[in-house]
Amino acid sequence: MKAVLEVKGLSKDFGGLRALNGLDLDVGEGEIVALIGPNGAGKTTFFNCITGMYEPTEGDIFISPTGNGNVKERLQGLKPNQVTAKGLARTFQNIRLFQNMTVLENVMIGRHCRTKAGIARAIFRFASQRREEREIVKKSFEIVEKLGLKQYVNEFAKNLPYGAQRRLEIARAMATQPFLLLLDEPAAGMNPHETDELDELIRKIRKDEGISILLIEHDMKLVMSLSDRIYVLDYGQKIAQGTPKEIKNNPVVIKAYLGEEIDA
Amino acid sequence: MNYFLEIFLGGLTRGSIYALIALGYTMVYGIIELINFAHGEIYMIGAFTALIVASVLTLLGFNTLSVFILALVLAVIYSCCYAFTMEKIAYKPLRQAPRLSALISAIGMSLFLQNYVLLAQTSDFLPFPRLIPDFDFMEPYAHIITTQEAVILITTAIFMTILTIFIKFTRMGKAMRATSQDKVMAALTGIDVNRVISFTFIVGAAAAAVGGVLIASHIGMINFYIGFIAGIKAFVAAVLGGIGSIPGAVLGSFVLGWTESFCTGYVSSDYEDVFAFLFLVLILIFRPAGILGRSESNKV
Amino acid sequence: MNLFPELRKSFIASLWFMFLTFPIMVIRVNTIENIVEWRWMNLVFVGIGSFFLSWLWRYLLSRKEMGVNKKTDDQDRTSLVSRLMKNKQLIIPAAALLAIFTIIFPHIFSTYQTSIMITALIYVMLGLGLNIVVGLAGLLDLGYVAFYAVGAYAYGLLNYHFGLGFWTALPVGAALGALFGILLGFPVLRLRGDYLAIVTLGFGEIIRLILENWNEFSFGPSGIANIPRPSFFGMDLSIQWATVYIYYIVIGICCITIVIVGRLQDSRIGRAWIALREDEIACQAMGIDKARTKLNAFALGATWAGMAGVVFAAKTTFINPASFTIWESIIILCIVVLGGMGSVVGVVSGALVLILLPEYLRAFSEYRLLIFGAILIFMMVFRPGGIVSDVRRVYRFESSAMDDKPQEYS
Repeated sequence: MKAVLEVKGLSKDFGGLRALNGLDLDVGEGEIVALIGPNGAGKTTFFNCITGMYEPTEGDIFISPTGNGNVKERLQGLKPNQVTAKGLARTFQNIRLFQNMTVLENVMIGRHCRTKAGIARAIFRFASQRREEREIVKKSFEIVEKLGLKQYVNEFAKNLPYGAQRRLEIARAMATQPFLLLLDEPAAGMNPHETDELDELIRKIRKDEGISILLIEHDMKLVMSLSDRIYVLDYGQKIAQGTPKEIKNNPVVIKAYLGEEIDA
Repeated sequence: MNYFLEIFLGGLTRGSIYALIALGYTMVYGIIELINFAHGEIYMIGAFTALIVASVLTLLGFNTLSVFILALVLAVIYSCCYAFTMEKIAYKPLRQAPRLSALISAIGMSLFLQNYVLLAQTSDFLPFPRLIPDFDFMEPYAHIITTQEAVILITTAIFMTILTIFIKFTRMGKAMRATSQDKVMAALTGIDVNRVISFTFIVGAAAAAVGGVLIASHIGMINFYIGFIAGIKAFVAAVLGGIGSIPGAVLGSFVLGWTESFCTGYVSSDYEDVFAFLFLVLILIFRPAGILGRSESNKV
Repeated sequence: MNLFPELRKSFIASLWFMFLTFPIMVIRVNTIENIVEWRWMNLVFVGIGSFFLSWLWRYLLSRKEMGVNKKTDDQDRTSLVSRLMKNKQLIIPAAALLAIFTIIFPHIFSTYQTSIMITALIYVMLGLGLNIVVGLAGLLDLGYVAFYAVGAYAYGLLNYHFGLGFWTALPVGAALGALFGILLGFPVLRLRGDYLAIVTLGFGEIIRLILENWNEFSFGPSGIANIPRPSFFGMDLSIQWATVYIYYIVIGICCITIVIVGRLQDSRIGRAWIALREDEIACQAMGIDKARTKLNAFALGATWAGMAGVVFAAKTTFINPASFTIWESIIILCIVVLGGMGSVVGVVSGALVLILLPEYLRAFSEYRLLIFGAILIFMMVFRPGGIVSDVRRVYRFESSAMDDKPQEYS
């Protein structure tokens, strides 16, 4: 299987603190990979390094977009918006929606990097701009519908219930047409019913769009049911990797999660 | 060398005045993240109160020292009262509102106070009595530093020391620091946040009033508009040092004072303000959060 | 409401304000003749005034708090204007009436009134331009007046040296405005919030101080006089007709501005600005180039200030640095915030209210700035969202795929 994302020896220092230490990770085409670990293990830092929000201290990040043969591209040094344009889209752990825009507009923002009408075209409303605008609206509606947000389409994002806000984050990321979706704790704060729906939704996204998914999650039930492979992080270091079954029985992982007693 | 020293000390004096005003900006900003545009007016009102009190007392035949002390004390008291009232009327109802609304409200307050003094008093420049006498023992150094400059420097130093001790060691000081870190958390630990905010305004106003009286008696002229100009400068100083940080405000004020004074002394007084602003722009380009300000890390 | 405690509160407030205003309201020192004037009557006025005002203030505050509790009621009220705007039956005749009124305005009112209206309309342009920067992109710009000055001086100087006419100067002023917008934009890209505010303020002051001190270039504080009014196909008009002519020009530019800003708002660029205002980090993560979007906003905002500057110079025929102080920037900012950030209708009404009100308050001429300040505070305390709140476009679900015009309402 071809790897769409390949990370080699990624490290990130904050002053004297090493938040990530020589991390290797890859995500295969069409795979759902989970990144788990206790709080403060460096999971979100890892996302930030990949998406260009932080500059890694060491290491390499390569991508090989779906349907692009075996061409490898380096990702370092790109700004977050350029990374998104390359086809990696993310959601945020602490929801970061555009509060005073409607649901549809939030999704339409995601289309920004796939469209190109500039100031002049916006002012004169040339035919090309109108066509593009219609295209944006149409695509955005499709995504909104797919993510089950149809009923909220013209609501302000800030007025949405919590679960819907999480789904809107995913919708917005999907609108950028990614080949790899990075989800940062998508199930946080959801009730079991909503989590089940999310499980289904993520599977559907992979199946229908062929998007690979890398997710950070604390809900073990979701992680075990969803992921093809799991990476476990502790103190910025990878302590285990493998299939859900392997991880479940890995003593090192259990120790990291539950403390020392297991050893005795 | 003497010329250099004179300019250096001149800049330091200017800087001290800016620092006294900048304190109010930086402390208020630290606590409620508001650019208190009307802070300069508090300083102006302090100067006016001192002028009025001093004139009345002089006519009643008080001696210089008691006039100076009483004028200073009353100026401080009145400035504090104005700041307290101002906060209650124009800012307190806006705690939950967008920050720009509070800024506009502050601008409105500034406009109101300026015109209030303009209408109740006069639009002309008023001569301000020399409240600080020339001491004889300063005579030999008069070509480098005047008595007034020396008094300004010493008063500022004393005020800053008291303030630092106050904030570091008293209960109220600790409450202020806690509130500026996190308002909600401070309230949860039992701090009366509204009281802390009022208190911050009052301390800032006291500093500004002291600055107002000192500079007015140094320059010898006041009118209703002095607060606005000094306010802008002091605000620049606060930002230069890193807004929200008290040592930053002091350092920023000195840097601004020196910049102005050296530019006036060696280049041209016409472009004094241009240099001050250019310098600010340059510093912020290389240190976007000011000299001592910690740059906000992007928490994602 | 219990009467006695209310009375007591007002009484205390009245005492407090009497104490507070005592030195400044009562005593006036004549420093030349060394006499002190005691004006005890003022104390009485303050006492009575603050007694009733504090009552009114508390009443309004309590009403406001009740409004917050009854949220639905509150929302209904805020969207009153927007609901009126969606009512087609009402809006068309109203718009027609407004259009007719605008067209015949200079013919039914005096030249003086027309001239005031021109000033107000120039501020409409400035407000709409600043609205792009502050209202849409969320970049607090306190030095906007600098671009206004650039436009005005561009016309003044180009005319003085090369005899350039109004119509040539207009695009030149706009282009220079945009250029300066980008020039300012570059260094401040990294700055946020209040740091941005103070640097733009500094920039505005630098421009003004240079104009004031560089005599060889800008003729210093005395400014440039005898700038020609726009000529009508080569004819020079009398003052009266020139005013009417400028009035129509400004109306024309304003209409174009409104259309353009409206279109920008609902375009890809406009959405990027709003996203930038809402959340810079998420905005970047969605693939929006932050630097470019900010520069766009600065440049476009400045373009309108440049144009407004040219019109201003043509209208007054005399410019000097005193017209471009920081207060000017502040007034324009007040227009945007008071009108309602991000809303075109809001900004237009904000400009008209804020510029026309002081003009017609001339009856109280001395008190107008005092009243103006009080109104600003009052408006912000009781209606912080401005006159008209921001309305976002609503898209229809089914029809969207077809070529159906989406409707706008709130």
